[in-house]
Amino acid sequence: MSQQTANIIEMKDVYKSFGTLHVLRGISLEVKKGETLVIIGQSGTGKSVTLRLMIGLLVQDSGDVFFEGNSVKDMDEFALVSMRKRMSMLFQGGALFDSLTVGENVAFGLRAQGEKDEAKIRSIVTERLGQVGLPGTEDKMPSELSGGMKKRAALARSIAEMPELILYDEPTTGLDPIMSDAIADLILETRAALKDMNVTSIVVTHDMHVATKTADRIVMLHGGNVVGEGPPEYFEEIRERDKNNLKSKQEEMIRQFVRGEAVGPIMPQTS
Amino acid sequence: MLDKIQELGGGITDGLRGVGRVFFLFTDTVKWLFRSLPIFRVLLWQLYFIGVQSIPVIITTGAFTGLVLAYESYFQFQKLGVTSWVGPLVAVSLVSQLGPVLSGLMLAGRVGGAMAAELGTMAVTEQIDALETMGTDPVYYLVLPRVLASTLLAPLLNAFATFVGIAAGFTLTIYGLGVDPHFLFKETFKFLDWYDFLVGIVKAGVFGCVMSLICCYKGINTRGGAEGVGKATTEANVASCITILMLNLFLTMVLMLLDPFGGK
Repeated sequence: MSQQTANIIEMKDVYKSFGTLHVLRGISLEVKKGETLVIIGQSGTGKSVTLRLMIGLLVQDSGDVFFEGNSVKDMDEFALVSMRKRMSMLFQGGALFDSLTVGENVAFGLRAQGEKDEAKIRSIVTERLGQVGLPGTEDKMPSELSGGMKKRAALARSIAEMPELILYDEPTTGLDPIMSDAIADLILETRAALKDMNVTSIVVTHDMHVATKTADRIVMLHGGNVVGEGPPEYFEEIRERDKNNLKSKQEEMIRQFVRGEAVGPIMPQTS
Repeated sequence: MLDKIQELGGGITDGLRGVGRVFFLFTDTVKWLFRSLPIFRVLLWQLYFIGVQSIPVIITTGAFTGLVLAYESYFQFQKLGVTSWVGPLVAVSLVSQLGPVLSGLMLAGRVGGAMAAELGTMAVTEQIDALETMGTDPVYYLVLPRVLASTLLAPLLNAFATFVGIAAGFTLTIYGLGVDPHFLFKETFKFLDWYDFLVGIVKAGVFGCVMSLICCYKGINTRGGAEGVGKATTEANVASCITILMLNLFLTMVLMLLDPFGGK
């Protein structure tokens, strides 16, 4: 089990809207250093927005987001860049730079951080691509890779600089179950590989297999707020529990979501 | 009626907001220029894409504009018996007006559209977000090289268009229409001075800078998938072309006031 000390990220009563669409409605959550937190929930419930607020790509309407006790909103440009250099994010579609080769993509962050030793950069790129099962793809263009390979190349890029915090945005969306399991294994392997750094991982997903396999703790969002929180075993237990033994509406929501049922307190999204 | 007035008001507000945001993008770009030189490899590619690859379209534009100007004006001046005036008309028009405007419009079409589409695709596929998360400012990495390359190369491309246009127009006038080259050049140098060239260079530089800023702004603010990219590209083209035409009037008036030869 990973070492868990102070909170690396803290969100307090955060609201975020886009026009008339209220995405987050007073969400509060904490992420402990070294843990793997999985955020689950229906599509459009604010999971990706939560990640973007954490890394400062979005700014909340009210409330506060803290990184190691410092408000992200109040950070100046240099503090924000310094914070981001300690983090990395795996985007839903990979977000590989399609004008650069796979090798250049993986090396991008290293060069951006001022690494000048090209031999060292090449060695890190080769090592990271090997770790994600893509050896020898340095000179390929992203367009030459399959969906799963792109995700893995993007993962190689996100771990190139040995970050302290990795944010995974829907890492298995659009992948087949076998590839999804392979990505879940990669998340675990990445954590093991970076254990000396006491790396923290935040995974946003609606894939329950990935959630239970990788999480130390799971948080479920619905309607822009947290409706359930606990270790994977808690969610497994609710999944198996009889419908009549549920104690609250929140537990009904969790049971419905983890079982993937259309009928229940959560309405299927039609738009 | 009220709805239409509201719609018009909304359109004007959006337009002014856009102008303000493009101006802020300009100040950010200038700030980065003084803070850190652009990445050489990225700048070099933009210089090649904007400069070298635009030469054929710029030469074609200049040549046909010069030819049509010479051909049309010859028959008008023939009625007045002053066919040698074709020279100054072609030269002055191309150097200070048509050269910068047409090369600016052609650049907006060829380069600006590509800039907006490329950056728009990067925006909707989260590549710009990825840049930011890796501690790289998109204005520094994406906008600065494009704006710098456009601003530096637009005057050069304008010079190409102008030179080719004058050469084509004069060739037609001398060899096709039979005007005496001695009087043609004599009249041309009587009306053309160094300030006309300066006007052309200044205009082309401003058009290149503004066009690339507008297209970069539209590109990096693209939302909504493939449809959004298409919309951003069209808006970037239309906005930069209209801005070039409007700025041309403004710059013509201002530069005429500053003309040491009194805008003869």
